[in-house]
Amino acid sequence: MIVAERKPIDEIIGFVKNCKKILLVGCNECVTVCYAGGKKEVGVLASALKMAFMKEGKELEVEEVTLERQCDHEYLEEIRNIIDQYEAVISLACGVGVQFLAEKYLTTPVFPGLNTSFMGVTEESGVWSERCQGCGQCILGQTAGICPISRCAKRLLNGPCGGSTDGKCEINKELDCAWQLIIDRLKELGRLEDYEKLIPIKDWSTERAGGPRKIVREDLKS
Amino acid sequence: MMVAFQKGADGVYVVGCLEGECHFLTGNLRAKKKVEYAKKLLDEIGVGGERLAMYNIAASDGPRFAEVAREMHEKIKAQGPNPIKGATLNKKAA
Amino acid sequence: MNTKTPSRLEKILAAGHLAVTSECGPPRGSNGDAITKKAEMIKDYVDAINITDNQTSVTRLCSLASVIHLKLMGLEPVLQMVTRDRNRIALQSDILGAASFGINNILCLSGDHQSFGDNPQGQNVFDIDSIQLIQTVRLMRDEGKFLGGDDIDQPPKMFVGAAANPFADPFEIRVPRLAKKIAAGVEFIQTQCIYNLEKFELWMKQVRDRGLHEKVYILAGVTPFKSAGMAKYMKNRVPGMDVPDEVVKRMSDVPKEKQPEEGINICVESIQRLKEVEGVRGFHVMAIEWEEKVPEIVERSGLYPRPKIE
Repeated sequence: MIVAERKPIDEIIGFVKNCKKILLVGCNECVTVCYAGGKKEVGVLASALKMAFMKEGKELEVEEVTLERQCDHEYLEEIRNIIDQYEAVISLACGVGVQFLAEKYLTTPVFPGLNTSFMGVTEESGVWSERCQGCGQCILGQTAGICPISRCAKRLLNGPCGGSTDGKCEINKELDCAWQLIIDRLKELGRLEDYEKLIPIKDWSTERAGGPRKIVREDLKS
Repeated sequence: MMVAFQKGADGVYVVGCLEGECHFLTGNLRAKKKVEYAKKLLDEIGVGGERLAMYNIAASDGPRFAEVAREMHEKIKAQGPNPIKGATLNKKAA
Repeated sequence: MNTKTPSRLEKILAAGHLAVTSECGPPRGSNGDAITKKAEMIKDYVDAINITDNQTSVTRLCSLASVIHLKLMGLEPVLQMVTRDRNRIALQSDILGAASFGINNILCLSGDHQSFGDNPQGQNVFDIDSIQLIQTVRLMRDEGKFLGGDDIDQPPKMFVGAAANPFADPFEIRVPRLAKKIAAGVEFIQTQCIYNLEKFELWMKQVRDRGLHEKVYILAGVTPFKSAGMAKYMKNRVPGMDVPDEVVKRMSDVPKEKQPEEGINICVESIQRLKEVEGVRGFHVMAIEWEEKVPEIVERSGLYPRPKIE
């Protein structure tokens, strides 16, 4: 899923400090699962914003709505009839949802309520960590199912570097060394000799480096 | 909790069962963490996290319940009213 | 004598001499004299001088300009190049730039993470890694090709080196990792500072068991301690460094004013012991901001005078 966390309240207040009536839009997908932008978080943020305004002797009217998704036209259409009543929208979706909403409703200012962090997993309740950077050419088949691009601080394709200590990364003792994990898993698989296969220089053109990416499926296009 | 403050409460305290003795196993521990989160949020918006508290009292312990109520009352009194009320009042007075 | 480049370091190694290299860190400013002064202190005692490339991710005068300063003094530099800060276009371009000044040695590294340096908020590049940089230089030199496939007009003649850390984790892949670098085309290795001699000897034995010592020149890395404090710091704070307790104790057991001397003693004794290890083909003496001690270390280790080779 896409993992995000709420921006500091002060930053959010800064977006709407001159508004009297705003719309808070949550998203029922990833950001609900990581407790950043679902229905509950929309409610808490609405409450906090109202109180922050009241404390300054001002009033803020906040309407709350949580859509099934903010990355699909059909769900964003659900607010078409009401959006003009608001001076601004704060979207609690990931950066994708915020943009798609803004693309659709050109005349209403749209602000992000979250910082979109990474694509990752729920390691345990309340703990999320990164697993993928969407490089566009998956190499997990060569690296025992562990991604050095997203999990090695130097994204080394032929690691580990000399800084790997006790299975941890040189930049942070809390962080697993991705190459230690790869080697451990190769051992489990009885394929440690695969470690010596050189991974060739990567074509990064399918990654961010190649510019904004797009996939077109003719069989599905209307 | 947030709505209570939004409606003007000067203080809120949450009472759970004694730790380790919750009917819902760890419900009281989870509540404690949620209270901590809300306290931080109240600090962030300037209402003040110290207006919110969590106590653990056994269901049968009436005297302790009363004691906590008094303690909380004193604490909140020392802090004065919820600032959101004061600001609205000031505005009306002006 | 079978050499592939005009590198003097390669010739010395190929002739069977124990090579001696050292390194200088460039200044944090534009004063080129800072490099030439350091080089002046050590030039008669070493065969080649490495110039570090923004080591520990702290911004400094660039290694490329620094090696040119050395070359203009008539010395033999080793260009250290990390893949942290430059993409494949810049790396290839810098290699050509160095070659145009007759720089014939390169050390291929990935580089410390930028979070250790003065710009922890900066982006890192890591378009390729150190092993892939080795492949890149070999491709440019041997095939006369750029990574993009085009021909190079006058390919760079670089003797290709890399680092090896026999002490980092996991230990079991330390030798396979060297094998990987050899497969990529590395020709000489400068190791991490050696303080745990037993562990290094064990690594070397595994290197010999696979015959790798015959495929690459291994220069053993040594760094003298200036003080007991430095020994403790290296032990506890520097990732991938293995300083045994007894070495720290030996430093701590002598009075403060005697510690520098003890540090040199340890270094000289290490070199003498490492000379006996089959497969060690020379030494890389890293006297960190203590270059003036290199002559003494080299002399006391019986590595002076240096061979004259053209």
